[in-house]
Amino acid sequence: MSSPTPSTPVRRTRARLSLARREAIWAYVFLAVPLLFFAVVRFYPAIQSFRLSLFTWHVDPARRDFIGADYYLELLGNPVFHQALKNTLLYSIITVPTSILLGLGIAILLQAIAHARGWFRAIYFAPYITPAVAVAWVWGWMYNANFGIFNTLIVDWWEFTERIGMPWLQIQPQAFLRDPDLALYAVAAVIVWQQLGFQVVIFLAGLQGIPRVYYEAARIDGANPWQLFRHVTLPLLNPVMVFAIVITTIYSLQLFDQIVNINFTDQGGPLNRTLSIALYMFEEAFGRARLGYAAAVTVVLFAIIMIVTLIQLRLTQRRLDY
Amino acid sequence: MNRLFASLITTAILALVGLGLAQIEITYWQYDFSTRVEAMNQLIEQFNAENPDVVVRQETFPYDAYQQRVAAATAAGEGPDVVQLFYGWTAAWQRAGYVEPLPQEHISHEWIEEYFIPMAESGKIAGEYYGVPTAVRALALFYNKDMFSEVGLDPDSPPATWDEFVEYAQALTIKRGPLYQRIGYGFGGQDHHLIRTVLTNQLGTPPYSEDGREVLYGGAVGAQALGTWTGWILEDEIGELEFVPGGSGYRDGFHTQENIGMIIDGSFAIGQVQNNAQFDWGVAELPTFDNGVQANFGSYWMNGVTAKAYESPERLEAAARFVEFVTSEDAMLLWLEVVGELPAAVSLVGDAELTADPVNGPFIAGLAYAEATQFVDEGAQRQVMLDAYNRVLLEGMDPAESIAIAAAEDQALVDSFLNE
Amino acid sequence: MRASDKVQRQLEAATATRPRRRVNAWSVLAYVLLTVGAAAMVFPFVWMLLSSFKDAREVLSPGFWPREFTLANYVEVLTRTSFPRWFFNSMIVAVLNTLSVLFFCALVGYVLARMRFPGKQVVFLAILATLMVPTEMLVIPWFVMSADFGWVDTYWGLLFPGLIPGFGVFLMRQFFQTLPRDLFDAGRIDGVSEFGLFLRIGLPLVGPGLAALGIFAFIGNWNAFLWPLIVAQSPQMRTVPVGIALFSGEAGAAWHLIMATSAMAILPVLVVFVIFQRQIIEGVVLTGVKG
Repeated sequence: MSSPTPSTPVRRTRARLSLARREAIWAYVFLAVPLLFFAVVRFYPAIQSFRLSLFTWHVDPARRDFIGADYYLELLGNPVFHQALKNTLLYSIITVPTSILLGLGIAILLQAIAHARGWFRAIYFAPYITPAVAVAWVWGWMYNANFGIFNTLIVDWWEFTERIGMPWLQIQPQAFLRDPDLALYAVAAVIVWQQLGFQVVIFLAGLQGIPRVYYEAARIDGANPWQLFRHVTLPLLNPVMVFAIVITTIYSLQLFDQIVNINFTDQGGPLNRTLSIALYMFEEAFGRARLGYAAAVTVVLFAIIMIVTLIQLRLTQRRLDY
Repeated sequence: MNRLFASLITTAILALVGLGLAQIEITYWQYDFSTRVEAMNQLIEQFNAENPDVVVRQETFPYDAYQQRVAAATAAGEGPDVVQLFYGWTAAWQRAGYVEPLPQEHISHEWIEEYFIPMAESGKIAGEYYGVPTAVRALALFYNKDMFSEVGLDPDSPPATWDEFVEYAQALTIKRGPLYQRIGYGFGGQDHHLIRTVLTNQLGTPPYSEDGREVLYGGAVGAQALGTWTGWILEDEIGELEFVPGGSGYRDGFHTQENIGMIIDGSFAIGQVQNNAQFDWGVAELPTFDNGVQANFGSYWMNGVTAKAYESPERLEAAARFVEFVTSEDAMLLWLEVVGELPAAVSLVGDAELTADPVNGPFIAGLAYAEATQFVDEGAQRQVMLDAYNRVLLEGMDPAESIAIAAAEDQALVDSFLNE
Repeated sequence: MRASDKVQRQLEAATATRPRRRVNAWSVLAYVLLTVGAAAMVFPFVWMLLSSFKDAREVLSPGFWPREFTLANYVEVLTRTSFPRWFFNSMIVAVLNTLSVLFFCALVGYVLARMRFPGKQVVFLAILATLMVPTEMLVIPWFVMSADFGWVDTYWGLLFPGLIPGFGVFLMRQFFQTLPRDLFDAGRIDGVSEFGLFLRIGLPLVGPGLAALGIFAFIGNWNAFLWPLIVAQSPQMRTVPVGIALFSGEAGAAWHLIMATSAMAILPVLVVFVIFQRQIIEGVVLTGVKG
């Protein structure tokens, strides 16, 4: 190929190539066990689940009937699924930006104070570690139309405005979880409340990783706090921000725990207004023993999450070269 | 000496092994609740003693996740041989293969239809029985006698008609501004059965046709049933749904919070009320419309066998023997004593002492005219009724329109089941 | 001094943080906002705690303070239920699982962030994809697998699905991405082994990320309900959330016991949080490396 040249350049080329190959081999060595784990524990069962969507469900595989895309067609026309889809998208749109902005804001505030940081951190984290059943119960009581604290305060205010002769200041007591128009937002508030601890911890960890060198250099250049934030903090927080946005979105599209228990008698909410896709899938699988149909829902949900995530990754990934 | 010792040990071991080999071990599943577990433990002990060739083991799981457990376990072949299931789940479980027909060679249909009260026939799908009950439930009216006296009502004469019911409930209700502080009737978990089965039957039409193919409540009768019930909330203002939070909220409000005057509940709630109520309370048969027609909704948990029991003829026979044992008259009486639930056998249900009992009596009386509505998809059909009344309550839809929609949805469920 | 060590020391010096002790208008505003928010955050939590001290009758009332503080619920749960056993099971599973998660997620995260190899994006997306199927649908295949291998009703059965969560891999990848490439390239030139790069150069610098992951892994495991319920056949293998579910029945739930159990269940998590969060905030370097 090339004309004979002094030996040193050739040796250097060979050395560089084998370095890269060594790196790739080691990468796969490290990945071997984890990838095997994923294949056995997550891919294979997921594919088995997906496959179930093409059959009617029976514990005995020999007695399952192949029905092809019937369940998918049923999904397409099912108004309850449409409602669940709409609700789930709403949950995402409401809870993801809110919890990320609040989480980031609180993390920054926590960095700004010097005393009682431990206390505040623990308090903001407390809801995240509370078991879901307790969360649902407490909030169910708070939102209760007749005894809950919200309506009690509203009625107190109502009586107060009557007494001072300004009835036009009154707020109506709300049915909250029984109000088809309000229920989803009420539940979304609970979700944000509970997830906040997660965001705070993530952002605290992320902020911690930003070298002070950059802040000092920028301050020397005369940057004000807002500019510091925009041009130092945010860009260097990017990897963590990507994580927060993508993970929170993925989880918001699969909401289940917080929703299932908060409406006690009608778990999908009044007229299915708080029903999420994951809850719908669960009820179909175990409440109606229709695992095949539930599997079809899972496949559709998977597709939705995958598409959303790919879009998000494309929009937010920025290579960090420094 | 050593050799004698050795051969004795060997013989003993062989004998034990032989016994072990000859013994069939079957598993029984039900949901976890202290009195039910206790009662079943006693029954199992008796059965094991009387049947040395069979050993029964009980396993229990949380009520909230019972169906999940059964689904996963049967799919993996780790399920029970005999399983307790709610009668309403029969169609869904049979379709999914969680439960198999009771073997007719051991448990004949004639015996079932002769021995159990007519409600037990709801466990029959396409000519096969999928389970038989140890105990049954019906609905009745629980009322707070002290609260009655407080508002000037006679504590010993509970309402006999729905009009009286509304009148009494209104007297018991206290409002504070737009909010309720106390309600006369605790709306809650049993109401969809009340509308679908009780009110419709009282007005002259059962919810489904005899052969189970047709939904009958979509017309005028259904509209009147739904309209009456929603009228209690919207016009008569005797209470509302989810007054006390929790799936059992209406019950908790009655026996502990004492902010609910009357509830309509199943006999399985007697224990809770007895243990918690610190006031004088009574039970009465359900009120009727002016036409005097009585109706009630009955239900039960039943014992069925699974595919696991069918693994061998010996297993199946042992499982069937156990099912017969736990539904024997003695078993039912033990269950009544320990769990407090009513017996399912014709011979026991007319017992004079039971009928005269002030708490059990109204339930027994109700059993006589109760219908255990056969569901093809209990979860979905329940949701249909919940949506039906929610459309009226929350969206102001006309009851006739709402019940027509519900009937159509229900009919679709029935049709799809029948076509499978 | 080796090139990688030099870069590492510079990075350590740069990332060291000491909180400022000045009180200025900005920090006063921060205190105010945080306090207002804290009240809203902690109120339901406090209610839950207070409810655990109420008796069975009072727990169902809307009042905030118990009329009479009682420890009866705690006594009952500790002595008349299998809570000690549930706690023990939950502890074993959560601790072992967290160890596995910390190691494997860090390793895989490092590989995805700072090693070059063909198919990297595909592997990353595949791992991310494992997050997109709700576990509720996986429990039945997992149980069938467990039954085939004899893992039902065992600790391994409780552990295996959560050993390497995709969420953890993603988190660690992002944290490793905040470290400069030069650091590792310098190390390679110095002849540090690939594993050495991970263990002695990369890992110590992602302390905050590891701490966050540790907290989340522990909590996720501690509160898991559906899979532990399914894989546990006998009462001895139940974990705390499964135990709590036993307090609900057909005719009602023992809320006073549920609240007491929930309160006790939070304690270990709080401890883990307190331990790990110092890592996050102070950014203490995990290991010191001498040249």
